[in-house]
Amino acid sequence: MLYGYAGHTLRIDLGNGTVEKEPLKQEWVDEFIGGRGFTAKILYDETPPGVDPLGSDNRVVIAMGPLSGLFLPAAGKTHFAAKSPATGGYGDSNMGGHFGVTMKYAGYDVTILTGRAIDPSYIFIDNDTVEIRPASHLWGKGSTEVEEILKTDLGREFQILTIGEAGERMVNFACISHDFGRQAGRTGIGAVLGSKNIKAIAVRGNKDIPVFDPKGLLKKGKATYAACREKPGFTGWTPEGTAGITNWCNDVGALPTRNFATSHCDYADKINGKAILDELKITDKGCFSCPIPCGKYGLAKTGKGSKYVEGPEYETLALVGSNCELSDIHGVAHVNWVCDELGLDTCSAGAVVAFALECYEKGLISKQEMGMEVKWGDLDSIVYLLEKIAKREGIGDVLADGVQKAAEKIGGDSAKFAIHVKGLEWTGYESRNAPGMMLGYMTADVGAHHSRCWVLGSDVANAVGGAADANVHDLISQGADFETIPKADHKHVVPLVLKSQHLRPAFDILGTCRLQYMEIGLETRYYEELYYHATGKKLDFNKDLLHLSEKIWHLNRMFNRREIPDFGRKYDYPPPRFYEEPIPSGPNKGHKVEFSVIEEMLDTYYKARGWDENGIPTKDTLEKFNLAVE
Amino acid sequence: MTLSFNYETCSGCRACELVCSLQNFKIINPSKAMLRVTAQFPDPGRYDVKICNQCGDCAEACPTGAIHRVKGTWRIDMKKCDGCLACVSACPEDVMMVNDDGMPYKCINCRQCADVCPRDALSFN
Repeated sequence: MLYGYAGHTLRIDLGNGTVEKEPLKQEWVDEFIGGRGFTAKILYDETPPGVDPLGSDNRVVIAMGPLSGLFLPAAGKTHFAAKSPATGGYGDSNMGGHFGVTMKYAGYDVTILTGRAIDPSYIFIDNDTVEIRPASHLWGKGSTEVEEILKTDLGREFQILTIGEAGERMVNFACISHDFGRQAGRTGIGAVLGSKNIKAIAVRGNKDIPVFDPKGLLKKGKATYAACREKPGFTGWTPEGTAGITNWCNDVGALPTRNFATSHCDYADKINGKAILDELKITDKGCFSCPIPCGKYGLAKTGKGSKYVEGPEYETLALVGSNCELSDIHGVAHVNWVCDELGLDTCSAGAVVAFALECYEKGLISKQEMGMEVKWGDLDSIVYLLEKIAKREGIGDVLADGVQKAAEKIGGDSAKFAIHVKGLEWTGYESRNAPGMMLGYMTADVGAHHSRCWVLGSDVANAVGGAADANVHDLISQGADFETIPKADHKHVVPLVLKSQHLRPAFDILGTCRLQYMEIGLETRYYEELYYHATGKKLDFNKDLLHLSEKIWHLNRMFNRREIPDFGRKYDYPPPRFYEEPIPSGPNKGHKVEFSVIEEMLDTYYKARGWDENGIPTKDTLEKFNLAVE
Repeated sequence: MTLSFNYETCSGCRACELVCSLQNFKIINPSKAMLRVTAQFPDPGRYDVKICNQCGDCAEACPTGAIHRVKGTWRIDMKKCDGCLACVSACPEDVMMVNDDGMPYKCINCRQCADVCPRDALSFN
């Protein structure tokens, strides 16, 4: 008996309409445990080498972990993966909500989509009944509109994922939307679903998930919820959620502002967590089984009408807010709603719009090409650009491929301020005085995404004179001066980056959210004990799970090497803005990272990883991790 | 003592459904729970939890007298229940559940949901 898992893989070939349900492979469970482990393994093994990301042979893999859907805090993560249209390499993204757990209750740990439906379709899953149904009545409609239609037609207990118009038109940063405001935003997997003519998936599941020791899980689950309540962050972090970090990021000079030209703005108080609570919030909106709901559901009121929207989360505040110089919380929330409806990742969308505004300001995009006068911080301009992108009209068609490819077409010096790594736009932490954070972005398998590594705190602590792993909040309470931050030291960042790159994605393997650990400090031993009661197997978090997390790092690096013809070191460089332009204002004024420092960090990082000087895992490293890949 | 619900703090996590199914049936299956979280989105944006408030309408509707009160909690005597499900249609909160064998079951005030609820949206008054 496979405890902790639903026990099945669902394979759907959209080209010929076949549906196969097969037992979950023991080999996957034994070697890769779940979630991100499954997606990495399956994508490498089953995606034909050299496949077109938007071609019918690309796969969309949906995977949950052994703890997903069980009685423990925040066990609601769903993982998606595909060869990314944004990077051409390994792409994945995950979301909270209730979709993945319902897939498990329907009996499926893994779903693999291949082929391309002839007509717009949606996938209907009601436990053992799986059908590919027509979706022409849904095509062209917004994400939440489609969710509402399907819930009305099928029943409110169905969980729905959808793509918006951006996914239909294969915008490289199209997201997957769910539960009226949750998204798997990154790496363009919404575009891959669109390329397969899949508008939505609807699932109802009401089966048991077998667990090894139900009584033990009941006891430990209750103890874990109780432990969460005892953490200071339970009441300190939860009210504002991720948005609570906005002012801190601004204070330490890490808030992306004006297309990452600078790292500080003078209106952070207007677009922070408090502004959300004061101006927008209706209710906390948590994911499945989560005791610390970061989702804030509210009502955005602008001249463009009143819109219900979940968020903005911190990344949206940073990328749509300060990075586009939009200083009104209702405006930021409205743009969040626009992105959700169109099916655009708010991180990349904010970065792409800011890039376009800078190109326009510098005359690299003319008014005629733009189609209207656009301005920083102007809601009309931002919404106009997003709609153009989602519809791939005019300049929107150029921008829809992301900043890297857009810069190739726009020319001039635009590549210098196209803020991305590997083709994926940078998220909400400006890093010119945070070398560890920068290295984390540079080397992440999916491109410039913070989900893999977050060491900004130790970078800043280091800069203001604390120990490398000091708690920044402690330093603040001790009176550290963030107004004039000294230059951060890059010498000791590699071990911290490696630790973070293994630790954060480890929770993605189990199928839980990392924030219980990261934000309120729930100890990893709870996960070890919950895993035992769920599966009947022992798991040493620091030894076994982090080893697997490291193994996945090598596997995905090899996927990128296989899929990107000249893949190597040059794909790990940050945009020139970060090593050519000193920060012009704010607490980090005058700072930049020297290119020699970037090279030095990469040399040290590759050596520590067991990769050659071009950043490719050595044969010895692959053997050490039992990876038979080339 | 009856269970009560405060929508203002509920974030829809469904920990109550999970603990209910695990406590009472020793299974992981929130669809079997004796209470039900419902989400009202996009408009007006709030959660409700359908709970048994021990109103006794089920007992009044029961033709066999199978539902009786024990220390403030209405319970079903399965020896007397003939599975007619009159109680199900009588329940104003739609929380008289039906098991796979076609027989009804209901909340027994075990209080686990209120104990676990991380938002204190469920409580006993």
